Amino acid sequence: MTSITKPPVRHPGLPKNALGFTVRDYEGAMSTLCAGCGHDSVTAALVLACWELALPPHRAAKMSGIGCSSKTTAYFMKQSHGFNSVHGRMPSVTSGANAANRDLHYIGISGDGDSLSIGLGQLSHAIRRNVRMLYLIDNNGVYGLTKGQFSASADIGSTSKKGEANLQPPIDPVLLALTLGATFVARSFSGDKAQLVPILKAGIMHNGLALVDIISPCVTFNDHEGSTKSYKFTREHEVELVAADFVPLRREVIAPETDAAVSVVTMHDGSTVRFRRTPEGYDPTDREAAYAHVRACQQRNEVATGLLFIDEHGQDMHAVSKTVEMPLVELPYEQLCPGNGALQKLMEGFR
Amino acid sequence: MSGINDFAFKIATVNGTGSASANSLLMQAIFRMGIPVTGKNIFPSNIQGLPTFYEIRVSKDGYTARPPDVDLVVALNPSTYAKDVATVRPGGYLLYDSSWPLEPELVREGITILGIPFGRMCVENFQGDRDRTLLRNIVYAGALAALLEIDMDIVRQMLVEKFSKKKKLFDANNTAIRLGYDYAREHYQCPLPFHLEKMNATSDSIIIDGNTAAGLGAVYAGATVGAWYPITPSTSLMEAFKGFCEKFRTDPETGLARYCIIQAEDELSAAGIAIGAGWAGARAFTNTAGPGLSLMQEFIGLAYYTEIPAVFYDIQRTGPSTGMPTRTQQGDLMSLAYASHGDTKHIVLFPCNPEECFYLSVTAFDLSERFQTPVFVASDLDIGMNDWMCKRLTWDDSYRPDRGKVLGAEELANVKKFSRYLCVDDDGIAPRTLPGVHPNGAYFVRGSGHDKHGAYTEDSDAYQEVVDRLTLKFAAAAKVVPEPEFHLQADAHVGIVSLGGCHAAVLEAIDRLREQGLVADYMRIRAFPFNESVKAFLDSHAAVFVVEQNRDAQLRSLLAIETGMPRDAMVPVLDYGGMPLTAKVVITAVADRMAQVLA
Ligand SMILES: Cc1ncc(C[n+]2csc(CCOP(=O)(O)OP(=O)(O)O)c2C)c(N)n1
Ligand code: SF4
Ligand SMILES: [Mg+2]
Repeated sequence: MTSITKPPVRHPGLPKNALGFTVRDYEGAMSTLCAGCGHDSVTAALVLACWELALPPHRAAKMSGIGCSSKTTAYFMKQSHGFNSVHGRMPSVTSGANAANRDLHYIGISGDGDSLSIGLGQLSHAIRRNVRMLYLIDNNGVYGLTKGQFSASADIGSTSKKGEANLQPPIDPVLLALTLGATFVARSFSGDKAQLVPILKAGIMHNGLALVDIISPCVTFNDHEGSTKSYKFTREHEVELVAADFVPLRREVIAPETDAAVSVVTMHDGSTVRFRRTPEGYDPTDREAAYAHVRACQQRNEVATGLLFIDEHGQDMHAVSKTVEMPLVELPYEQLCPGNGALQKLMEGFR
Repeated sequence: MSGINDFAFKIATVNGTGSASANSLLMQAIFRMGIPVTGKNIFPSNIQGLPTFYEIRVSKDGYTARPPDVDLVVALNPSTYAKDVATVRPGGYLLYDSSWPLEPELVREGITILGIPFGRMCVENFQGDRDRTLLRNIVYAGALAALLEIDMDIVRQMLVEKFSKKKKLFDANNTAIRLGYDYAREHYQCPLPFHLEKMNATSDSIIIDGNTAAGLGAVYAGATVGAWYPITPSTSLMEAFKGFCEKFRTDPETGLARYCIIQAEDELSAAGIAIGAGWAGARAFTNTAGPGLSLMQEFIGLAYYTEIPAVFYDIQRTGPSTGMPTRTQQGDLMSLAYASHGDTKHIVLFPCNPEECFYLSVTAFDLSERFQTPVFVASDLDIGMNDWMCKRLTWDDSYRPDRGKVLGAEELANVKKFSRYLCVDDDGIAPRTLPGVHPNGAYFVRGSGHDKHGAYTEDSDAYQEVVDRLTLKFAAAAKVVPEPEFHLQADAHVGIVSLGGCHAAVLEAIDRLREQGLVADYMRIRAFPFNESVKAFLDSHAAVFVVEQNRDAQLRSLLAIETGMPRDAMVPVLDYGGMPLTAKVVITAVADRMAQVLA
């Protein structure tokens, strides 16, 4: 039951972040997911990422649709508002919330069913709109909550638990996002916290929509032999193309890497993302190259992970709409209502 | 019967030929002569080449409904000649383009036929097909000015205002007006027996359509987020909102916008955006019509159950399905009142004209935030897109939005454990919090079963406690939604109930019925849930007629469901062909029925 809260155990020894919070302060209600579900690891990574960023919990909003994955918004940051909306529609609700209050950190969590089937249109248009938000797809190749039907991300030939093979080609959210002009595209694995946490941190700080596709195995319906979204398959086929570190602005810059393979992208707030282990000539700011690399990996039956593409010069929804800096919810009514004088002048034009 | 300042004329032409500006020129000129006037644009659902009609009614008594009779038809579309000539009242007039010989179709006994060679005059006086087509409209406007005695000084003044910076256009239009005017005066007895005489009955009025007024209302209400997907006849509402925001809400120093309008990918998304923004604390809205409303259903239920404010404008058009997109109807009443699956009920407001679209917009936002629930404004194509004469809008500068029970940072600082759906008042409203304000205010919105604390539940009692409170909230809303408008008379024989755009026609019908010796009380419902007074009115009249524009008597059903009044005790008067209601429909239905009863 999500309503059961964890016992308030104090851990005096736990380190505190810049706000004086321990990592436990970023936790939420007890998870009700199956033991071993990949989604819980994503939650754990999010807790760490938000704690490390010293995000004031009440300045974040957790948004989701419907699915096992979407439930996880309840399992972290209990001091943040959360919005478990309807199936596949988290992007529109977040667009509206962001339109109203542009200053919050929006953390959107979705599933492959939520985002690639029923919500494919909403995902696509949130990308086009470039709503400033972290957009996670906990991708397990199945509909977990409705008990294991294939989702649109299932690979051709991958089999269900009952042995049935999927015959339709998959939709790859990474390729889709790259095509649609997303300004931050990454892929990771729920079992790889070291890789995931910096990506999440960079994604939260990104000035636009940060799409992170996370292979997150469903232990109950899609972790068997023949699945291409299982722990085993992913471990064996994952190639970390672009490992990244996220260096927040306020942290002291560590001695510059001497490794020539390291490249640095400065984010809009002055934080930096440092890329390690990039393959020869890979430029994570080159959309075409990113697309080509992901495709090439797929052809070799490999899963390309890492922060694959970033463009810090993109304009978010508000920049395009030329909205005032102050969140609309904070504008006093006096600045919104033109008053009777203006109305009477206007009325002359209707005569 | 027609007479001075009391007649109607209709222009039948083809859409996409530029007649709209000539028609509004005529209407505005009459308005500026101080004479009450309304226009109905009956247009097709395409961009060019299909029949379109514009009806202008002049009424010294101020009747604004669609005219019961047409005194003069200007027939400019050969493909509809037969129908058009049939709509002229006996003894009326037909004006046609005599550049071509009179078609046998246009000949009819008992009417006067006037020919003016509009086309030929344009060919002789103007260059190029485009100009000739466009200016033909201005030539007929000139002819009508002569036949109906429109003040030419006013017409000239309007051309000056319109083309102040375009001398060439001014000259062409001025010539065109004169061509029609002079030809009519030379060849026919001007004015016709029914014509215009200056009055002083419009100084306190404006001409405006409902969508413009509603868009303006949203600005004055302080709405900052608008989301939509284009659909006739609601599109012009957001266009108006945008235009007024650009004018009034652009920061003078930075040029930045104090609003955010999102043209969404569909109506599901538009609803989601409005709800997301409402949850975050903005006054947000979306505007749509039937097909879009159908798409929004799931989200409406979410907002209802999770108690999030947002305003939905439904500019009704003829359904079901795509229906007739450019025809009017009140076919969404049931789907608005109980929108979405499960037990849901909503506040719905029914403006009867553009003026009320403005004021009820503000009421809608107030009610929505106060009751933390979606509120619907049920307008229709006739109100939304037609030019209505109504009272000049005014604004009370002391107005401040009713934001409802929202806990601020200071209040939250002392809250130990915030329970989102815990209500201590008898209005059924639990205080809410906005994201970003205070850590103590955090809660989790879920459309799944929740208890009064907002926690997930599958427990029957905990679930019921919440939905029962929603019923209480709905009952509380019934006490504060706008009261009906009553027109009561001494010794009334019958009661008439109606709503929305039927109002003008019903008012007129009541006057005519009284002349026939049938005295009727009238109640115009302005909101759902129904106030106490609605039931009282039904109870106190032996014969009740319910006038509405749909096939299935939806308002009557709502009245039966919500007040317990037996369905069969209310006589439906239904008009659902897609045209604005005329008084005739009401008069005939009521008079026939009463004759039956008395017989
Ligand atoms: C409109 C609608 N249709 C169907 C459902 C049923 N449903 C709930 S979750 C789900 C699929 C979830 O799959 P995914 O997003 O991949 O999440 P997972 O459970 O795999 O994490 C479906 C079809 C629903 N909630 N709403
Ligand atoms: S069904 Fe699958 S996705 Fe859902 S909680 Fe269990 S393991 Fe996770
Ligand atoms: Mg899934």
